[in-house]
Amino acid sequence: MSFAAGKELGRANLEVFSETLVSLARENRNVIAVTSDSRGSGKLTPFAAALPDQLVEVGIAEQNLVGVAAGLASAGKIVFAVSPASFLTARALEQIKNDVCYSDQPVKLIGISAGVSYGALGSTHHSTHDLAALRAMDNLTIIVPADNFEAAEAVRTAAGMSHPVYIRFGKRPLYHLHQPSTTFEPGKALLVRDGTDVAFIATGETVYPALMAAAELEKDGLTCRVVSMHTVKPLDVDAVISAATDCRAVLTVEEHSVFGGLGEACAAVLMQAGIPTPFKIVGFPDEYMVTGSQLEIFDHYGISAGKLAQSVQVLLKADTGRSKANRLT
Amino acid sequence: MTTDELTIKSIRYRKKLLRYIKQAKAGHTGGDLSCLDILNVLYHRVLNVSPETFDDPGRDRYIQSKGHSVEALYVVLADRGFFSESELETLCRYGSHYVGHPTRKVRGIEQNTGALGHGLAFSVGAALAGKMDDATYRVYTLLGDGELAEGSNWESMMAAAHYRLDNLTAIIDRNTLQITGPTHEVCDLEPLEDKLQAFGWSVRTVDGHDVAALSRLLDAVPFEGDKPNAVIARTVKGKGISFMENDPTWHHRVPDDEQYERAQQELDALLAEVTS
Repeated sequence: MSFAAGKELGRANLEVFSETLVSLARENRNVIAVTSDSRGSGKLTPFAAALPDQLVEVGIAEQNLVGVAAGLASAGKIVFAVSPASFLTARALEQIKNDVCYSDQPVKLIGISAGVSYGALGSTHHSTHDLAALRAMDNLTIIVPADNFEAAEAVRTAAGMSHPVYIRFGKRPLYHLHQPSTTFEPGKALLVRDGTDVAFIATGETVYPALMAAAELEKDGLTCRVVSMHTVKPLDVDAVISAATDCRAVLTVEEHSVFGGLGEACAAVLMQAGIPTPFKIVGFPDEYMVTGSQLEIFDHYGISAGKLAQSVQVLLKADTGRSKANRLT
Repeated sequence: MTTDELTIKSIRYRKKLLRYIKQAKAGHTGGDLSCLDILNVLYHRVLNVSPETFDDPGRDRYIQSKGHSVEALYVVLADRGFFSESELETLCRYGSHYVGHPTRKVRGIEQNTGALGHGLAFSVGAALAGKMDDATYRVYTLLGDGELAEGSNWESMMAAAHYRLDNLTAIIDRNTLQITGPTHEVCDLEPLEDKLQAFGWSVRTVDGHDVAALSRLLDAVPFEGDKPNAVIARTVKGKGISFMENDPTWHHRVPDDEQYERAQQELDALLAEVTS
């Protein structure tokens, strides 16, 4: 049976993370998971049952979680520090900055239930700031997997990395986007679909809606490129530039604030390269966030097949790309 | 090393410390002087670590959570041969690795610290790794007393007791002063011993300038089976220089020429006294 991206539903990335981690930890007793009363939401209950000596529970204490993880890593442990992305990257930001990044302790920071995965639980539980906060951290790779393949590869790759890495996972089952034979490399974007009219540069769980938008736009005669920018830092600059030179318009899509995330990273690349291709950042605006499930929130802010297709049509109209309507607010 | 030799070292370290702070025009003079005798005892009597064994997984670890007192650590590490003392001529200069807070760019330093409330969590992780591996190394960390207002410390205190880390020792430099003034006026810590005990630690109090008493106490670690060890070291901020002692304005003040000369004269007199 031939593979087609976005046709077959897989599992939640969190489940893939958990399964991959159990497998890594069985192979190597130095693989340790540290959790902050988050083993349930992190899908680590099987890990805890199978490998209790390799699980460190610190209770609801994210600052301690990251500091302890750094200390474990300093002594040769391969440490996955697992906590809801919201708390991990805001409450423990100074520990991430100093204990992990500045000190170059190769902790694998795992932000679970990231973005707006927690949906109607509200903004306390959302991480729509994490990419912005962490992009400014020296010495940190940031990976946002878009499907189960990327998730498993990111976890396996992270285990072997000798410098800090942050990986962000959501809770919702995701469609498969890549063939298992695909090569995954941090910092190298993956092409989900090619086209020359419009490029979607998306990351994480927004790649699939971008792919669905591309399918809709095809009906209007537009061919769309869909790039899974799984590594937000270091950014695949070449993939951004070729998207903007090969296509007539570029939309970035992310489960994050429009400030400081993937979109602004791509904008900076294009501005510095002097490439004036019409460009739009799709993400969450600077406002009190609407209540709803992850998908309802996505749709509300334009991250759905129909609304992304509409955004493309607006952007492609002559000069709209530079119009007031396209200004970032 | 004999106690007399340690005492002499403590005075010589103070002379060097002031010289480098004066030269760099920067340093946390008061806190350096309060913890110097503790560092002296740790590196000459307690820690199983040397420049040759610093990369050995079985080495003892020292993590200085009160990172601002790094000048004291630099002076002791240089004397122990982790790097040439001439490196300290570059202290705080453009491009130097000898920064105003500890970094791993300097041999002998385990972890970058400086923001307060970080060293204990790291030490818990390092001690926990030791327990997992049935290793015999020990982990020591030095905290400031003002630093204990950082809530992260108490998260780590709980975790250390939970995991019964008797291979971990936290020494609190209890000089009772922080940058704004006395700790009891800024945010009262007392009853500190009771708090630490309530968090599941085995607590001892000692004169933090009595090198013999410090040595005896740290030799007795672990104090009780299965509990992490806390040492409340009663110290004097600015210890050893009459006009700096117990004066919070010396938190990060650099002596002027006249003050520097007076300080060196006081230390020379002390040295003459103990060597006579």
